[in-house]
Amino acid sequence: MRSRMKNDYAPLKLSGLEPLIVTPESNFVNVGERTNVTGSAKFLRLIKEDNYEEALSVALEQVQGGAQIIDVNMDEGMIDGKEAMVKFLNLIASEPEISRVPVMIDSSKWEIIEAGLKCIQGKGVVNSISLKEGEAQFIEYAKKIKRYGAAVIVMAFDEDGQADNYERRIEICKRSYDILVNVVKFPPQDIIFDPNIFPVATGMEEHRNNAVDFFRATKWIRENLPGAHVSGGVSNVSFSFRGNNPVREAMHSAFLYHAIKNGMDMGIVNPSMLEVYDDIDKELLEYVEDVLLNRRDDATERLLEYAESFKGEGKKKEVDLKWRELPVNERLAHALVKGIVEFIDEDTEACRQQFERPIEVIEGPLMDGMNIVGDLFGSGKMFLPQVVKSARVMKKAVAYLLPYIEADKRPPSPKGGVKPAQYWATANAYNYQLLKEYAKEMRHQPTKAEALMWEELRNKKLDGYKFRRQHIIGNYIADFICLRENTIIEIDGLIHQHPDNKASDEERTKWLNEQGYQVIRFTNEEVVNNIEEVKRKILKRLRIPPLGENGNGKVLMATVKGDVHDIGKNIVGVVLGCNNYDVIDMGVMVPAEKIIAKAIEENVDVIGLSGLITPSLDEMVNMAKEMQRANLKIPLLIGGATTSRVHTAVKIEQHYQNNQTVHVLDASRSVTVVESLLGQKRDEFVKNIKSDYEKLREHHAKNRASKSYLSLAEARKNKLKIDFKQEDIVTPTFLGKKEFINYDLAELVEYIDWTPFFQTWELAGRFPNILTDEVVGEAATKLFEDAKKMLQKIIAEKWLEARAVIGLFPANSINDDDIEIYTDESRTEVLSVQHAMRQQLKKSAKADNIALSDFIAPKESGIKDYIGGFVVTTGLGIDEHVKRFEADHDDYNSIMLKALADRLAEAFAERMHERVRKEFWGYASDERLENEDLIKEQYRGIRPAPGYPACPDHTEKPDLFRILNATEITGVSLTESMAMTPTAAVSGWYFAHPEAKYFGVGKIAKDQVESLAERKGMRFEEMEKWLGPNLGY
Amino acid sequence: MKKDIREIVKKRILVLDGAMGTMIQRHKLEEEDFRKGWFENHTHPLKGNNDLLSLTRPDIIKEIHRAYFEAGADIAETNTFSGTTIAQADYALEHAVYDINYHSAKIAKEVADEFTAKEPNKPRYVAGSIGPTNRTASISPDVNDPGFRAITFDELVEAYSHQVKALIDGGVDLLLVETVFDTLNAKAALFAIDQVQEELGTDLPIMVSGTITDASGRTLTGQTTEAFLISVSHMPLFSVGLNCALGASALRPYLQILNSKAPFNVSAHPNAGLPNEFGEYDETPEMMGQQIEEFLQEGLVNVIGGCCGTTPEHIKVIADLAKKYEVRKYSE
Repeated sequence: MRSRMKNDYAPLKLSGLEPLIVTPESNFVNVGERTNVTGSAKFLRLIKEDNYEEALSVALEQVQGGAQIIDVNMDEGMIDGKEAMVKFLNLIASEPEISRVPVMIDSSKWEIIEAGLKCIQGKGVVNSISLKEGEAQFIEYAKKIKRYGAAVIVMAFDEDGQADNYERRIEICKRSYDILVNVVKFPPQDIIFDPNIFPVATGMEEHRNNAVDFFRATKWIRENLPGAHVSGGVSNVSFSFRGNNPVREAMHSAFLYHAIKNGMDMGIVNPSMLEVYDDIDKELLEYVEDVLLNRRDDATERLLEYAESFKGEGKKKEVDLKWRELPVNERLAHALVKGIVEFIDEDTEACRQQFERPIEVIEGPLMDGMNIVGDLFGSGKMFLPQVVKSARVMKKAVAYLLPYIEADKRPPSPKGGVKPAQYWATANAYNYQLLKEYAKEMRHQPTKAEALMWEELRNKKLDGYKFRRQHIIGNYIADFICLRENTIIEIDGLIHQHPDNKASDEERTKWLNEQGYQVIRFTNEEVVNNIEEVKRKILKRLRIPPLGENGNGKVLMATVKGDVHDIGKNIVGVVLGCNNYDVIDMGVMVPAEKIIAKAIEENVDVIGLSGLITPSLDEMVNMAKEMQRANLKIPLLIGGATTSRVHTAVKIEQHYQNNQTVHVLDASRSVTVVESLLGQKRDEFVKNIKSDYEKLREHHAKNRASKSYLSLAEARKNKLKIDFKQEDIVTPTFLGKKEFINYDLAELVEYIDWTPFFQTWELAGRFPNILTDEVVGEAATKLFEDAKKMLQKIIAEKWLEARAVIGLFPANSINDDDIEIYTDESRTEVLSVQHAMRQQLKKSAKADNIALSDFIAPKESGIKDYIGGFVVTTGLGIDEHVKRFEADHDDYNSIMLKALADRLAEAFAERMHERVRKEFWGYASDERLENEDLIKEQYRGIRPAPGYPACPDHTEKPDLFRILNATEITGVSLTESMAMTPTAAVSGWYFAHPEAKYFGVGKIAKDQVESLAERKGMRFEEMEKWLGPNLGY
Repeated sequence: MKKDIREIVKKRILVLDGAMGTMIQRHKLEEEDFRKGWFENHTHPLKGNNDLLSLTRPDIIKEIHRAYFEAGADIAETNTFSGTTIAQADYALEHAVYDINYHSAKIAKEVADEFTAKEPNKPRYVAGSIGPTNRTASISPDVNDPGFRAITFDELVEAYSHQVKALIDGGVDLLLVETVFDTLNAKAALFAIDQVQEELGTDLPIMVSGTITDASGRTLTGQTTEAFLISVSHMPLFSVGLNCALGASALRPYLQILNSKAPFNVSAHPNAGLPNEFGEYDETPEMMGQQIEEFLQEGLVNVIGGCCGTTPEHIKVIADLAKKYEVRKYSE
């Protein structure tokens, strides 16, 4: 496939802990690209959040996924790129599984590249340098790179700009090469050219030759610049076909095919966006290659037109019709994978008529379809919004079948006999008397095995299942039967049936099966020798979930007491449901005892707890203790925004010894975790989790020991000392409250920060770039369209009502940490005292130990300062619509609505803050900011929310609500854990000083907890409970 | 003008000397030996800081060099294994680093010249010994904080530059970066050497010798032998090799890797076996010789010598064996 290069130069040799050698015979070297803040929103977020542990797992996944080099890029305005690069590379060095591969240090800033080079013991690659800033600079950098011992990527870029045709490419590469080899004495094999992959089929005349020029330049480089290699980012080429993955995939593989043939031997390629060259539709391939190779004048037009049939509306109908002609099984599978509900009842009915029993429709075609969905999701080829739509189709089909299944499940009536009045009257009426005598006799003469078995089954001893013995069914006598579960246990080895009915066991089983019973057979030996195993087998069969023998298990899920957030939990439910788990969702604010009672009643296999606010962490600890006390023996899963592996390991796991507690990061992991916990490899999985958690605990303990804290008094001395001046402080245009009822939702739309919306759906990336993202772009675009449609309806049909109350009050700080809020400008009557929490972690010399109170002028300064407060909601009226969707088994739209309501609430808070700055407080009346800047919070003043990092104490919320009379005005109330309900609500304080900024309080020491308890008049233990996540001792 | 070692190594297997520490121990030295004439009033105890003896007891060091040359060594290593500001900081002797290196080089050179004069057909060379320091740039000393580093690349470059300059000033013929347990430290040393040589306009041959710390065949910082080789190959080395930590036979599989992959000369200076429970090396010259003969038969090395526990007696056996075998052939 590859033409042999005409050079005998040494291979490119790179190393991490292990070597990577690139010879002319090597396969294409795949560079991992996920540890790149410019390319991965997830990675960026992790770095920003200082969550290096997770960031490392991204790197690890890359390496395990087959990346031969990992590209590390920390070029982002909001982070200190140099520091992040050093920290990440140093951490990688401690992870042999990651550092076994070479590192590609990727930055446009030399100082970051150089800092990175000083951290890697292996031989890495610098990405990149070029002649852009002239020869002298180029030589200096190259010389240093050589001295540090790395290979280098050289961009085809010079003083005049980026090379965009063949001649410029070879001219710049040749010039770069000559300088490197002759002047710098750079080893030629350590030079990797990136001759710029540009899009084709853009419609611009000058782009027609982009791919050809790249191929030719590549070939020229490999033939004329001995030893050098060629690399590039492939996805760029198909940029014009964003949103049309079949064409993009075909184009990538065709491009790669030709590029490799011409000598490209390294690059960044997303394996999931690659079709197998030989599998490309021949016609499509021809058109794609016409474009790539610029073979015809009308190549672009032809491909664009042909590409339409892969996505456009024009041929969609035809495609629709086509799948409607498939056999019904395949139609069901198609509907599931594509998430089409329109025909599902019709198809399900057609399918039902083909099967003997309605359950078989679920067990057969529907499950097959969902397995396809599960596989696609597991391999990253489908994304959450699509999966939720599939689930909607599945639920609809199941709902359609349910009445039939119920009817089918009913205990069988005796053939040709009397209809039983009661379900246990199962005997054949004609033979009943005879059989009854015989059964009685048998009960008195049990075999040894039967006696043993009965000992285990009687009095609901077997996990609460009621069994009867020697029970008459039709013409037979069953050894043992659980009528509720239609399950019969037979012990073979003796003749049971009446001599007149000498049917063989086989016939009997067949007949019983036909009547809807499952029959479990054991031999005498099994029962006598291994009763435990027999019991286990019976239980396993009894616990088969309603979906039938293919069911994977029952999962009970609930949002814990005091918490009302459930979007994440609902998504997990859907994903598990899609993977053939029977999910029982108890909803929100569920107390421990109810969860436990339900778990026992339903005999579930796993319990999953969810929560978003910090007090829920404590409730989860409580739940673990209660599960232990109730002696449950099933795994416990922990999930939700504030939960973490560390918290689970340190605070929860030890309280529940009967089974494993596992933290689940997101919905996509839930399946793997549950599968592992219930599957064959359970022991290994649990062992790993246990040792992981043990390590986390040790690490945590040591970490905690190693952190040092200032005493509260010292921290106060190191507070942020603002030089307050009366002229910096603007008097609000009014003092007191202002309420807003039925606020115009349409006004809020432009204030929506969409990025978190996509995060809710587990689509990683920043808005709007996410819409064109290589991997999730298509799914994101579809989701965004659906969201916009619903948003229009929400506004037009007034699904939701927005309300707000804001308040602006005179205030001064007192005793460093408290804020006194006054009823009026006389500042004589105290309306409320807010208690701020102060950072206590020992810091480097220059950093202050901040508390929110530092932003308000102290009382003794005599300066008149102010504070504001607000509660906004857009969640009024949501329940009715959520219920409507749920009744329709439509998780997709129910989750969508909740997610949109949350976004609107945030947008409302943002809009209100803007109006406060410009109108009501009016300290920034000339502010002009775009939404992007609002999202980045590039304005004066802050609006921290109680329960969040700057003021983690949730118990300050009631007072905020009190002084604003918020519950009465807005309808938002607080749960016992201080969660706001409806959930689409935001509350907080306004601080206006120019130096006010967001910060995290972090961990605090015991003396501050004591002080807070005293200042607030709360018991110390109570205070500790609320501040659990912030306790640094 | 004596012959360039780069020419000689093509013709025969060169012999490196043996342990310095083992030989110094034989003299049962006391605190005053480490201070004499140089550090009489120094505040810190200095016994055990062997590098100082080049200043305070040059007679002993010269005698050791002489013994090794007599045994048949072609190359003597300077007594400067700990001659960096980083290692000497433990004794508060950062300021003595130039003198240590300069004088160590000078006395070794004097003895080498004596022998070269006596036997012009077997010229003797001095390699400036550059140790790993006692800090690692790739590993955190704090298990709880894997991102922490007790030393940075820049600090290492500064310390090594200082040492290298003094060694070159003192007249060494080669530079030997040895006992590399952290390749990043070695890369800093190579970085410093490249910079200093550019500054001084010299082109001394550079030897690098790594240390495989255990039976897994990896360096302390986790690199395989080949990864280590690749990581130091950006410099035009005179030789790459392995020393210390293991005895000769345990080193063999890794020397085979270097032999097959390295575009440079290959060196080995193993220990005299593994230390016994008293920390002594008890492989006799004959025992060690038998194992080394296997390397030579296989044609694995171009330079052979001894590390911890080896003595002139060991080197004599090794030198005699080296004469019998062909030098390793390789393509650059």
